[in-house]
Amino acid sequence: MDVGLFAQYVMNGLMLGMMYALVAVGFTLFFGVLDVIKFSHGDVVTVGAFAALATFAGLHKLGFNSQWLDLVVMLAVAMLAMAALGMLIARYLVMPLRSAPALNTLLITLMLGTVLRESVRLFYPQGGNPKPFPALLPRSSIDLGSFNFRLDNVLMLAAGGLAIVGLQFLLNRTKLGLAIRAVAQDEETARTMGINFTAIVLITFAIGSGLAAFAGVMNGLYYNEINFGIGLYLGVVGFAAAIIGGLGSIYGAILGGFLFAGLQTIGTVLLPFASAYKDVFAFAVVIAIMAWRPTGLIQEKISERV
Amino acid sequence: MIRTGKIVAAGLTAVALALATGAADAKDKVKVGFIGPLTGGVSVNGIGGRNSADLAVKLRNADSKAKYEYELVVLDDECKPNVAVQVATKMSADKEIIAAATHYCSATAIATVDTYHKFGFPVIVWGAVLPDITYRNKYAEVHRVNGTMINQNDANAELISKLGYKTVAVIHDTTDYGKGHNEYFSKALAKIGKAKIVATFGVTAEQQDFTAELTQIKALNPEVIYFGGLTPIGVRIRSQMDKLGIKAVFDATSGIVSDAYIQGLGPLAEGTLAFREGAPTEKLPGGKFFMEKYNAQKYDNPPEAYGAFAYAAMDMILNTIEKVGPDRKKVIADLGNVKDRDSIVGKITFDDHGQNTVAVITKYVIQDGKFVEWDDSEYASGKRKLPGQK
Repeated sequence: MDVGLFAQYVMNGLMLGMMYALVAVGFTLFFGVLDVIKFSHGDVVTVGAFAALATFAGLHKLGFNSQWLDLVVMLAVAMLAMAALGMLIARYLVMPLRSAPALNTLLITLMLGTVLRESVRLFYPQGGNPKPFPALLPRSSIDLGSFNFRLDNVLMLAAGGLAIVGLQFLLNRTKLGLAIRAVAQDEETARTMGINFTAIVLITFAIGSGLAAFAGVMNGLYYNEINFGIGLYLGVVGFAAAIIGGLGSIYGAILGGFLFAGLQTIGTVLLPFASAYKDVFAFAVVIAIMAWRPTGLIQEKISERV
Repeated sequence: MIRTGKIVAAGLTAVALALATGAADAKDKVKVGFIGPLTGGVSVNGIGGRNSADLAVKLRNADSKAKYEYELVVLDDECKPNVAVQVATKMSADKEIIAAATHYCSATAIATVDTYHKFGFPVIVWGAVLPDITYRNKYAEVHRVNGTMINQNDANAELISKLGYKTVAVIHDTTDYGKGHNEYFSKALAKIGKAKIVATFGVTAEQQDFTAELTQIKALNPEVIYFGGLTPIGVRIRSQMDKLGIKAVFDATSGIVSDAYIQGLGPLAEGTLAFREGAPTEKLPGGKFFMEKYNAQKYDNPPEAYGAFAYAAMDMILNTIEKVGPDRKKVIADLGNVKDRDSIVGKITFDDHGQNTVAVITKYVIQDGKFVEWDDSEYASGKRKLPGQK
């Protein structure tokens, strides 16, 4: 394989992996603080992307035409709106079910996901059709043989990287992060230390859902097309990535996201049979990894099994 | 629960009574059905078909000479085979519904033929193009007014060969629809023998990311990328081709002939090829009449590519019921010998499989945001050029 082609595959894989990782991080955050699986997370990605698109349409109606301004406002609106949505979901759907079996939370969020997805389809104008997403990043690219080196991809990767580094900083270097980690480790002790449990849970859901909106906008910018179904698949992949990485571990989720993207790329490139099987291949490897390391590649430091 | 049940039942009865009295002085009521994708990625086509079938019913009800008053029952197959079987069963099981115009998506049409056969429910397919729908079995219940994908792929392969292209990469979805396109296109291309297929990729109908497949295609550097599938992933593939800097001709099928494709891509849609059975609506024998009546109803959506066929299918059902009465068996018997019957899409003749034998194919290229007939386009006249066109 020539170098250009290889570089192109790596770039494709990195972009995919970044989106998967951002979604997986959400799953892992929610599991960390509340020990729940929130299955509507993928559809929050969709709603975030559509919120950004609606903002773009609104800005255009108002006569704003600066690409960067558009982008910043779209990101801000989408992330804040999804943060609020995440908090609402946590407050009114997830937290009231804390004493119920975990299965109930899983089911209720699964159903909520369907509601969100269908709402986009039914209430967004012509929401059933694929929607063009504006290309707001500089489009310059260098054609290096088989490798089309695009500036926007680099910017998106950098932005995704920054988001993850920022999250790490927040979790490990701030008081808020300390509180989140405390709640994740032991809810009751955290409470006795004077941490406002509800507030911390809500903030964590806000952060995770904001990241989902970020992933949604990135998805739109990368493909220049969004549709109501994008979140369903991203949700499943993000969840799988969080599991193979080790639920509860941020690094694990990131590793899982990139690993899954890598598996898909390998599935298309190296397997002799049709690329239609790339997901079969990738998920089969996920199953194998789970059989080998049931708690994921990077385990939570504190095991909760007694 | 029992209480609410009673109240609901009472309410329903009241509504039913109100409806019944409203039409009490009119003729006998006959129900006919329509099934198409009203939600989901290809819903524009389904809604266009639904409106067109609705138009046929409305015009008939406005006609004082009609013997019956018709009511259209509309169900949504979501372009999903499992949903389609459910709604097909629901419709066939309702004995009051005499016949129906059904399905835009091939995957749903092929999934439901057995259901219609089992229930003895006469249907006329209005948009799905997979040959197997009429040809796999010989069901007296199943008919089709539009042509099959065999004809359109012959025309497609011929145009690609005529334009002098030598290498083609194929992407198709792995539903019956996409697989059918792949099969008939590959056969047609091999028969002409001028161009060769360098790679074939089967992809799922919901896939988002095609960069891995397209990167492989880029390495093979084909002149043409043939795509057998529907609008949503067609939009994704075309837009991701651009991201990867692939300059091949995007050669698609009837599955993307809808305004949603152009809206989804904007300027990137320019130069996409597409093929469809039948002539464009305006050029059909009854096209002008149809468009006038359609526009007069002020529907929210255009009829789209297959609207005229949905109208023709429904109109044929209504004609038949007028002729033989609201009886499924008699309708099937009458549809069994349709020969040279006039319709807005031209003369309709069903062969022994219930397949309309006309084989007019229209070639399209997208020019300035519109589907333009190839022969009228600036690409054919040489004023503009497709990538690599000589």
